[in-house]
Amino acid sequence: MTTTMPAPETTVTPPVPRRRLIRFGGVQLMHLYTWLIIGWLILPILVMILFGFNNPSGRYNQTWQGFTLKWYGQLFALEDLTSALILSLVIAIAASVISAALGTGIGYALGRHRFRGAGGMNLIMFATMSSPELVMGASLLTLFVSLGVGLGPLTITIAHVMFSISFVATVVRARVLTLDRSLEEAAADLGANAWTTFWKVTFPIILPAVFSGFMLAFALSVDDFVVTNFTAGTSVTFPLWIWGATRVGLPPQVNVMGTLIFAAGVLIAVLTSIRSRPRRQTG
Amino acid sequence: MTTSPPHHATSAPPGNGQHTGHPAIEFAGVRKDYLSHGEAVPAVKSLDLAIGQGEFFSLLGPSGCGKTTTMRMIAGFEDPTAGKIFLDGKDVTGVAPNKRDVNMVFQSYALFPHLNVLQNVAFGLERKKVAKSEIRRRVGEMLEIVSLTGMEKRQPKEMSGGQQQRVALARALVNHPRALLLDEPLGALDLKLRQQMQVELKRIQREVGITFVYVTHDQGEALTMSDHIAVMNGGLIEQLGSPRAIYERPASRFVAGFIGTSNLIDGRIAWVENGLGVIDLGSGERVLMPVPGTVQPGRDVEVSVRPEKIDLHRTAPHAPGLSVVSGVVSEVVYHGTSTNYTVATTAGSDFVVFDQNAHDAEDVASRGERVFLTWAPQHSYPIGV
Repeated sequence: MTTTMPAPETTVTPPVPRRRLIRFGGVQLMHLYTWLIIGWLILPILVMILFGFNNPSGRYNQTWQGFTLKWYGQLFALEDLTSALILSLVIAIAASVISAALGTGIGYALGRHRFRGAGGMNLIMFATMSSPELVMGASLLTLFVSLGVGLGPLTITIAHVMFSISFVATVVRARVLTLDRSLEEAAADLGANAWTTFWKVTFPIILPAVFSGFMLAFALSVDDFVVTNFTAGTSVTFPLWIWGATRVGLPPQVNVMGTLIFAAGVLIAVLTSIRSRPRRQTG
Repeated sequence: MTTSPPHHATSAPPGNGQHTGHPAIEFAGVRKDYLSHGEAVPAVKSLDLAIGQGEFFSLLGPSGCGKTTTMRMIAGFEDPTAGKIFLDGKDVTGVAPNKRDVNMVFQSYALFPHLNVLQNVAFGLERKKVAKSEIRRRVGEMLEIVSLTGMEKRQPKEMSGGQQQRVALARALVNHPRALLLDEPLGALDLKLRQQMQVELKRIQREVGITFVYVTHDQGEALTMSDHIAVMNGGLIEQLGSPRAIYERPASRFVAGFIGTSNLIDGRIAWVENGLGVIDLGSGERVLMPVPGTVQPGRDVEVSVRPEKIDLHRTAPHAPGLSVVSGVVSEVVYHGTSTNYTVATTAGSDFVVFDQNAHDAEDVASRGERVFLTWAPQHSYPIGV
């Protein structure tokens, strides 16, 4: 061994410091790249937050004209905007609760059992997630009109459930697939029937996945514009109101509401990660 | 444990009622096929087996031998393709797992991660709607048996592997099942802890008096703990017996090889005298072995000898009445308490010899040295006669 090695070894030695140099530069580059991406992702949000504190003289909240907190005080001063926000929140809660309930059932079935039609179910789920919203919105409009269903909050909710459910099911299925099967067997072994096993063992364990599915559905619903625009009739949701207002100038309250919704999302994310942290450390 | 509660009486079956006289578990003509790509692949080919009340019974075999499938059929997670399974004389074929009076300790322990120790152990009793105070009493008692008192509020993830193992054991035993099924429960533990738990398990089994069915691929574990062992291979039981019987008198080549180390040597029965067969090895050497009177001279046999039964001599011994085989040492491995030799015998096969290091260090044969192996006739054992 040792007698044959020297020849290749001498040719290998010189590049080592050079490679180290490249790696050093590479680390700097990685830092730069990371900050660039973070900036890219967060800049629009920072602008939104910043302009919630702007004090514009005219109707257009597009150039910085001074700091004020008055929009936070007058958050609900615009009645139309407030009722649009409330409608959006109500629809989002209803749609995400329904999606979470139905999507959990679908996700559990697909993750745990093999059954006829499972492949078709997967395909349909993928299709609804990948099909263009414009197509979905237009066809939902046709469907509702031809069925004679009056457009309004109900049709918006139905539409939102329809496109959110696949996301919940996908998240839950992924969790169920990694669930140790013997946990459910252990429950059965200890005398639990299928119903008790699901509610006492399976559901508490997959709850974080159900919750992220719920959050995803909520986020998809609360700011949906395209599908909502087709199915809203005369109802005005938060995104629809903003769209209408852009032509006459966006009031800073929109930024404030956006900021608060964003803050709520961040708060939930932080709380979730704090809750799951001690488990990770010991596990 | 200074006191033993009344339901832990060692002889009677625990839990409900009197001794029925039935075996705890019985398999009658059980077969289990799995479907793989549309084809039926047998996991268990044919199983007739009775496991006695209060026994520590091991299913031992390599992976894929059908031992886990056998256990899962007792638990009810698999239904036999053919045949019947009885628990305490009652036909339970096709009965759901949650309706069977047996409990299992899973290989992965399968502790409920969202419940603490107390809630885990109480799970089975809660399903049976046992009163809260009674649950608390029995859980406390069981945690004492498995030496986990004071850990009621711990989460499974905050515990070591050995502790999790005890929780799993307590969670199953607290229900006083007809039988406790253990699926390679010590596989994930390190050697020291494993040996400690083997002793513990045996103690707990004695204390609670419940039938234990233990699945393992570790022959040492099976030999240490079991009252009876079923050695399985290819979906069939190769041999069923006490640890000593299986070790000393392996019924097949497979068992001889799987349980410990066996030296196998081929020969032909030259003549039989007073129940002792003289086996001609074809190398001019002879081996003595007790044979049944029905065996006729001229028959080919395979002789099995355990390595620790053999004495190694550096000079030709005067040993009338012993089997003597000569050979050349090809390997010497020092093991502290013993030295293991591999000897290439003149008769053709390699022999392994465990020599206790009781004598002086100079008295050690070295590689390439010519040596003589002797053993008493009763330590020769015919395979498959």
